[in-house]
Amino acid sequence: MEIRQRVLGFITARFPLAELTGSEDIFSLGFVNSLFAMELVMFVEKEFGITVPNEALRIDNFRTADSIAALVQRQLSVTA
Amino acid sequence: MTSVTDRGIYLDATGEFVDAYIVPYADAWDRAGAIPEDLLDRLSGAGLWAPFLPVTVGGQGLDMIGFGTLHEEIGRGCSSVRSLLTVHSMVAWAVQRFGDDAQRERWLPPLAAGRTLGAFCLSEPAAGSDTSAIATRAVPHGSGWRLTGVKKWITNGQRADLFLVFARLGAGTVAFLVPRGTVGVGVRPIDDMLGTRASMLAEVTFDDVELKSDALLGPSAFASGMVLTGVLDLGRYSVASGSIGIIRACLEASAAYTEQRTVGGRPLRELPLIQAKISDMVTDLRAGRLLLADAGRLKDAGDSATLMATWIAKYFTSTAAARHAAEAVQIHGANGCSPQYPVARYYRDAKVMEIIEGSTEVQRTMIAAEAYRGRVR
Ligand SMILES: Cc1cc2nc3c(=O)[nH]c(=O)nc-3n(C[C@H](O)[C@H](O)[C@H](O)COP(=O)(O)OP(=O)(O)OC[C@H]3O[C@@H](n4cnc5c(N)ncnc54)[C@H](O)[C@@H]3O)c2cc1C
Repeated sequence: MEIRQRVLGFITARFPLAELTGSEDIFSLGFVNSLFAMELVMFVEKEFGITVPNEALRIDNFRTADSIAALVQRQLSVTA
Repeated sequence: MTSVTDRGIYLDATGEFVDAYIVPYADAWDRAGAIPEDLLDRLSGAGLWAPFLPVTVGGQGLDMIGFGTLHEEIGRGCSSVRSLLTVHSMVAWAVQRFGDDAQRERWLPPLAAGRTLGAFCLSEPAAGSDTSAIATRAVPHGSGWRLTGVKKWITNGQRADLFLVFARLGAGTVAFLVPRGTVGVGVRPIDDMLGTRASMLAEVTFDDVELKSDALLGPSAFASGMVLTGVLDLGRYSVASGSIGIIRACLEASAAYTEQRTVGGRPLRELPLIQAKISDMVTDLRAGRLLLADAGRLKDAGDSATLMATWIAKYFTSTAAARHAAEAVQIHGANGCSPQYPVARYYRDAKVMEIIEGSTEVQRTMIAAEAYRGRVR
């Protein structure tokens, strides 16, 4: 499955009522707090076997499923 | 990671350490309201301060399941000592997880060795459960910041060398590493608490403290939110482990006492109402360990489900500890109310477990919210 789809799958599993597209701002949905932010980062690291470096822990990298997918791609190419 | 045999030896040695150096003295420390320096040194010698740190910086590379076992062991001996380890672990973990190379190089070796002791500064006189109410504030100053505010109920604040401080910066909340010796940092001891009386609490004040750019932990407010979530999660895991230790201590004390104390010529242990209390301690000890092991396993796997698993483990174990400590005092009768037996200390310490690292009410709110998210593990 595409990275973007797997990210969306994780978010909608946590929030079944969220109807989300790849470019939609996750943090504008209202239910996102620092707990979910942490869950999201942990999910991304485990699911794709990457480490998100400190300098990449910026909200812009996690704002949408598309931006998360781009971050994962970048990290995968760093470790490859 | 240490090898499995090393791990087993290390954890067994911790049990022996607790029996030799903690159990016999914990009541005296509780009365004195402090943990003596020689015990702090012994904790360093045994590598107990931050054993999850990698071997390369002086840690033991211990996994989180092992860390839980360790804090159960310490917790069965003395909740005050366990509290010191809890807040220190939170600081060490935060530096390891979110520090840049320079911060890691500077702080991890002394934190691993126990040469530098850490304390966690979030609560304030007017902000506890509601962390969004914190008023400690940082304002940009040159390439760094100036920090002003008051932190209250800081475990080991009296003795710690390095404070992890949460403060407002603009609209967000950020985390700073502030060495105790920094100009403008003040420490006022808080004594005579109900429980964990030897955990050397303090009010720590920051009066226009000048911080350089290397004080900020995590590169942004987004990251700092995670620093807070992450360290509280680890603290909660440690408190859950310590609460299991309290249940175990209550069970051991109650089993010993009911064997030798007689009523009407029969030992208490033969009375069904006493057996009911003991059976519940045995059962909750096992159940608590399973919940903790679940949270620990998920942590070791890097699975985000550990966050909720840890809430649940802490809720279950802290409330069970408070219940069983009350029953342990009950079983001991007047002796249980006296300083001759440790159960009065367990009772006071257990109450604290229901308040710190997310109070029972806050935990129940979080756990219930999970049900309505439509996904319960
Ligand atoms: C021994 C000890 C050691 C501590 N060590 C530290 C430390 O090292 N560092 C640190 O930063 N802090 C420390 N604390 C502070 C601790 O984190 C706070 O006490 C805790 O967060 C609760 O906050 P509070 O005491 O302000 O209570 P409040 O938040 O004022 O809560 C009062 C009561 O209201 C309930 N309540 C609050 N919010 C809600 C809600 N939304 N819904 C329902 N009920 C609610 C609470 O459960 C509680 O019963 C320590 C406290 C103690 C007792």
